[in-house]
Amino acid sequence: MSKIARAFRDGKAFIPFVTGGYPDLETSEKLILAMVDAGADMIEIGVPFSDPIAEGPVIQEANEQALAAGCTTDRLFDMVERLREKTEVPLVFLTYINPVYAYGKERFMERCRRAGIDGLLVPDLPFEEKGEIAPACAQYGIDLIPLITPTSRERILRIAAEAQGFVYCVSSLGVTGVRKEIRTDVCTMVSMVRSVSDAPVAVGFGISTTEQAADMADLSDGAIVGSAIVKLIAEHGRESIGPVAEYVKKMKAAVRKQENC
Amino acid sequence: MSKGRFGQYGGQYIPETLMNAVQEVEEAYERCKNDPEFVKELDELYRNYAGRPSMLYYAEKMTGDLGGAKIYLKREDLNHTGSHKINNVLGQVLLAKKMGKTRVIAETGAGQHGVATATAAALMDMECEIFMGKEDTERQALNVYRMELLGAKVHAVTSGTMTLKDAVNEAMREWTRRVDDTLYVLGSVMGPHPFPTMVRDFQKIISREIKEQLMEREGRLPDAVVACVGGGSNAMGAFYEFIPEKSVRLIGCEAAGLGVDNPKNAATVANGSEGIFHGMKSLFCQDEYGQIAPVYSISAGLDYPGVGPEHVMLHDTGRAEYVPVTDEEAVSAFEYLSRIEGIIPAIESAHAVAYARKLAPQMGADQILVINISGRGDKDVAAIARYRGVKIYE
Repeated sequence: MSKIARAFRDGKAFIPFVTGGYPDLETSEKLILAMVDAGADMIEIGVPFSDPIAEGPVIQEANEQALAAGCTTDRLFDMVERLREKTEVPLVFLTYINPVYAYGKERFMERCRRAGIDGLLVPDLPFEEKGEIAPACAQYGIDLIPLITPTSRERILRIAAEAQGFVYCVSSLGVTGVRKEIRTDVCTMVSMVRSVSDAPVAVGFGISTTEQAADMADLSDGAIVGSAIVKLIAEHGRESIGPVAEYVKKMKAAVRKQENC
Repeated sequence: MSKGRFGQYGGQYIPETLMNAVQEVEEAYERCKNDPEFVKELDELYRNYAGRPSMLYYAEKMTGDLGGAKIYLKREDLNHTGSHKINNVLGQVLLAKKMGKTRVIAETGAGQHGVATATAAALMDMECEIFMGKEDTERQALNVYRMELLGAKVHAVTSGTMTLKDAVNEAMREWTRRVDDTLYVLGSVMGPHPFPTMVRDFQKIISREIKEQLMEREGRLPDAVVACVGGGSNAMGAFYEFIPEKSVRLIGCEAAGLGVDNPKNAATVANGSEGIFHGMKSLFCQDEYGQIAPVYSISAGLDYPGVGPEHVMLHDTGRAEYVPVTDEEAVSAFEYLSRIEGIIPAIESAHAVAYARKLAPQMGADQILVINISGRGDKDVAAIARYRGVKIYE
């Protein structure tokens, strides 16, 4: 069992996202540890990028701020190394392909392995292009986690059949951000995945309330929340550790209650 | 590896949400490009709406003044809407129509592609939204109003550097929001496959015409073709039919802003490194960590940190040359062509004129140099006045 699969071992998983190095590296590190303590089953860490085309305004702003505050790929790896001395929780990077490419594909994966990153989500690397980094991921034992979206349709079967770690089910069209309601037929997407793969499925994009998280976890194996957390960090800055921990605790409790779909 | 490669460059590096849409465009394009009815309809539009073929003008005074090669100007500035952009846009919007789409979106830098898209959308009854960096909406305020006159909605993009790259980001984001009824009409030979190929195909009419017109006039091929390169669509169009003709030098002029050694430039081939961004593997101006660099040029249309993947292949194989041209050289060429031939070129095209001024005197009187005048300069008059410190009322 991959380390990532273990996040789903004890029932439904709650997976919070933060932009690495936002508002600064020190606070970012504290936030991640606080989220682990609050019950997060896996943490998704965004590698800041100058042009995050899959992100809405909240996470775009966080990317810009993190870079302005001096976050680099190297400093982020150093932070992960420090985190790994304190926690065993699965950690995955959400990164655009260019920072990986610029760092050197093998060098990036080697650093991931050494620092303790378990998987990668690359929003601008679709199934047809995964050969770009899949060999390097395999060489260093890093899971390359696929995304499926409401427009994927029959592609879901092909994508899920080769899934590693888990399948990230994007619940909505458009970019990341909080949404009032989620209308996509997530249930069909999840059952398509399950027809070809044993990989867990977690749902993300648009989730902010405990009700939404519970609903999505009910339909799948877990819920991922990004913008709502990054928004809290934007509001509270360095004082965001308390409010974020409290939010994660509440969301984890809502998710945990769900039975299997 | 995916389709749409030029050597190792190109590809389809885009969010999963867009994959089915992009493949749908690819299939529709493959179907339409060989469909006699589509070809005929587009040809009609080119002739009777855009005003093609565009003239190939012998610049006799410029030739005499520079004292070298015989200079011809390919007058893409005389097309409807004032630039080569209309060639691509008529093709893509017609394709969108055939695909049953009802809405088109596009990015724009200087506003030429935005104006062309808004025009084609008006003609073909499509809803139209244009994304333009806020800085560019200020540099090119008149074009914003032109697009609005044509019925388009213009969004001023305030993220990042607020220029062309950010306009592309925002148009891509918008396409993921609303993909079913919408085609993203990319303005250059960039982005994910099939755009670099499709846009080139719609633009290659430029080189086909140059070839025919020159054969008729001179009975021979040119010795050199010079064009400006931002994303690279007018250059690709002006080069394409000459690629197999090894005797023809192909020269792309990049925007060097304040100079190739100054951080304020946009010369991607000169200064960029390999990367993957905006759907393609290509060259980009970026830092060691792959963060895309803020680039600069006086020309909003060339102010882009990447370049089309086919250009990178032409550069790597040595088939085409790419040279940097500074703001100052471009502005001076803008003024030069205005005075000597009575033709005000777009500041983008003035980059090509600037290099031609250096090249022509080195060539023999029996040689022929073609400059692609990709657009007209009316839109730039106010900016050039500002550059020269002249106060005018707009």
